Amino acid sequence: MFLCLGVSVMAFVLTTVVPGDPAVANLGDRASSDPTAVRLYREHFGLDKPLPVQYFVYLGNLLHGDLGESEQSRRAVRIDLAEYIPATAELAITSMVLALLLGVTLGVIAALRRNRLTDQVIRVVSLGGMSTPQFWLALVALYVFFYKLNWVPGAGRLDAIVLPPPHVTGLFSIDALAAGQLDVFLNTVQHLILPACVLAAFNMGLFTRFTRSAVLEVLENDYVRTARAKGLPEVTVVFRHVLRAASPPIVTVVGLAFGNVMTGTVLVENIFSWPGIGQYSYRSATGLDLTAIVGVMLFVAIVYILVNMVVDILYAVIDPRVGLA
Amino acid sequence: MTPLLSVRDLHVWLDTARGPLSIVDGVSFDVGEGQVFGLAGESGSGKTITALALLGLLPAGARTGGVAIMAGRDLLAMRTSERRRTRGREIAMVFQDPTSSLHPMLTIERQLTEHLRYQLGLSGKEAHLRAVALLTEVRMPDPEAAMRGYPHQFSGGMRQRIQIAIGLACEPRLLIADEPTTALDVTVQAGILRLLRRLCKEKNLAVILITHDLGVLSALADSITVMYAGRVAESGPTSQVMGHARHPYTRGLIDALPHPEAPDRVLIPIAGDPASPESRPSGCAFHPRCRYSRPSCQIAIPPLIPIDDGREMACPVDPFMASVAR
Repeated sequence: MFLCLGVSVMAFVLTTVVPGDPAVANLGDRASSDPTAVRLYREHFGLDKPLPVQYFVYLGNLLHGDLGESEQSRRAVRIDLAEYIPATAELAITSMVLALLLGVTLGVIAALRRNRLTDQVIRVVSLGGMSTPQFWLALVALYVFFYKLNWVPGAGRLDAIVLPPPHVTGLFSIDALAAGQLDVFLNTVQHLILPACVLAAFNMGLFTRFTRSAVLEVLENDYVRTARAKGLPEVTVVFRHVLRAASPPIVTVVGLAFGNVMTGTVLVENIFSWPGIGQYSYRSATGLDLTAIVGVMLFVAIVYILVNMVVDILYAVIDPRVGLA
Repeated sequence: MTPLLSVRDLHVWLDTARGPLSIVDGVSFDVGEGQVFGLAGESGSGKTITALALLGLLPAGARTGGVAIMAGRDLLAMRTSERRRTRGREIAMVFQDPTSSLHPMLTIERQLTEHLRYQLGLSGKEAHLRAVALLTEVRMPDPEAAMRGYPHQFSGGMRQRIQIAIGLACEPRLLIADEPTTALDVTVQAGILRLLRRLCKEKNLAVILITHDLGVLSALADSITVMYAGRVAESGPTSQVMGHARHPYTRGLIDALPHPEAPDRVLIPIAGDPASPESRPSGCAFHPRCRYSRPSCQIAIPPLIPIDDGREMACPVDPFMASVAR
């Protein structure tokens, strides 16, 4: 709660100290040369009041769930967010799942094949995933898989001729499945796969490295030898005994990696014309849309806080020695 | 009577940065059904590696030589899958430190039933009942509650009892206990040792008891093999080895034991440090620490020579010959 308050203060101050006048930025050349228009604009958005007053008005509205009005879309920021969040959520969750599945699997394999060829190859791949700039990867992926090979459709969440599925969750893939529209679902997945992979590259590398080192550490333990001495098959030893004990550091890094995804969406969504929070925040930032920026920052902060709360709870679930304080 | 396990000329080399390193160098012994066989020696003498070799749990890159025949099959020459079926069902092992040898994040029930279900194909309910019976057998108070607990909720002695229950779950014929009491309080030690003794008699279970503590062995073991630097120094029935030790090393270990009935007796430590596998002395590895060593001890590796009634000893000097004659 206090964190959210802090974030809102930070967001407010940071956006206001930026040089540049939102009125000028949003009114256009002709209107901004008209003093009356500028004055009306400022009054409308409360920009004529001193900054602390602006802040407390904002806080008061926030308590009613009102995030203010976007200076660009001229809609409530809440409605804007509600429209864009599902798109980003779908992209972010898909990429997290991809990164987690691939990263953990590769990390376990690398640890078990320590210092052999497989391990070397996996380590190079994970390093590559972590050190490739995301925008470059996105452009190359688009060029190769869309332009050259034409394996995947290009921009957006759906082909232009495909209608979105009935709105339930806002995640097209789930909504399409729920409505039984298999063709829409497949189209969604085709659109989703490339940006999700690009977004997952960094985290996959990160998870691989963390899993590898965590598993290597656990393999040294006596209880792994105990498990083998029981005559359990190696698969059970690795997945039940080793991976369980190795999971706390992996869970930690997954929590932190949500931050990477959030920043990653700004670039990836813009390159892939994905109508989500990333694109929205980019547009708001370049258009000096202060209310929208603060709204996005609050949203991201809340997601981050929630994710880390879940991580803390997971610790206690994984390791019985950790008490829930 | 053919012994349950017969180890002949066991060699183990571990893989190190400077090439293979000989850890166990020609060890032979027999373990009979229902017997407690004691494997004694200081740390680094190759006791644990010997046990791990029998289970096929040596670190990666290790090589073995010799044979270990159990029920007509050579444990060292088995395929991986065959060896896995042996573990738990034929040979089980209880490790030194019960704290690090139990998985900290899995319930006792999980750790006690998973191999029952996998190895013996029991259903969840059958395995649960059997696990409760096992915990009762190792004298665990309130077995049902213990099943739901995690290792950190138990004391060291209780954890060791759990480990023994895990080892016994699939009714092995041989239980290897590697320093089972070293990590425990003296008061708890006696309880664990009594438990091992009882299980051995009730189930006709063979036990290999690995320890550096000859005092433990004298109370428990039917026969003893004393190892030094990967080789057998002396072996034979417990009463013989403990009562009339012939090898200077065995004698040294016995002299270093505190004696409850004679508290005034001066303990005589063995001078020097145990030989490490990296720098094993030439000839008889014990010669730098031996009070009776002769120049020839530095050159020739002494062979194991049979002495009276089934005893073997590897010391040509035999300084305690007289004490036997007496």
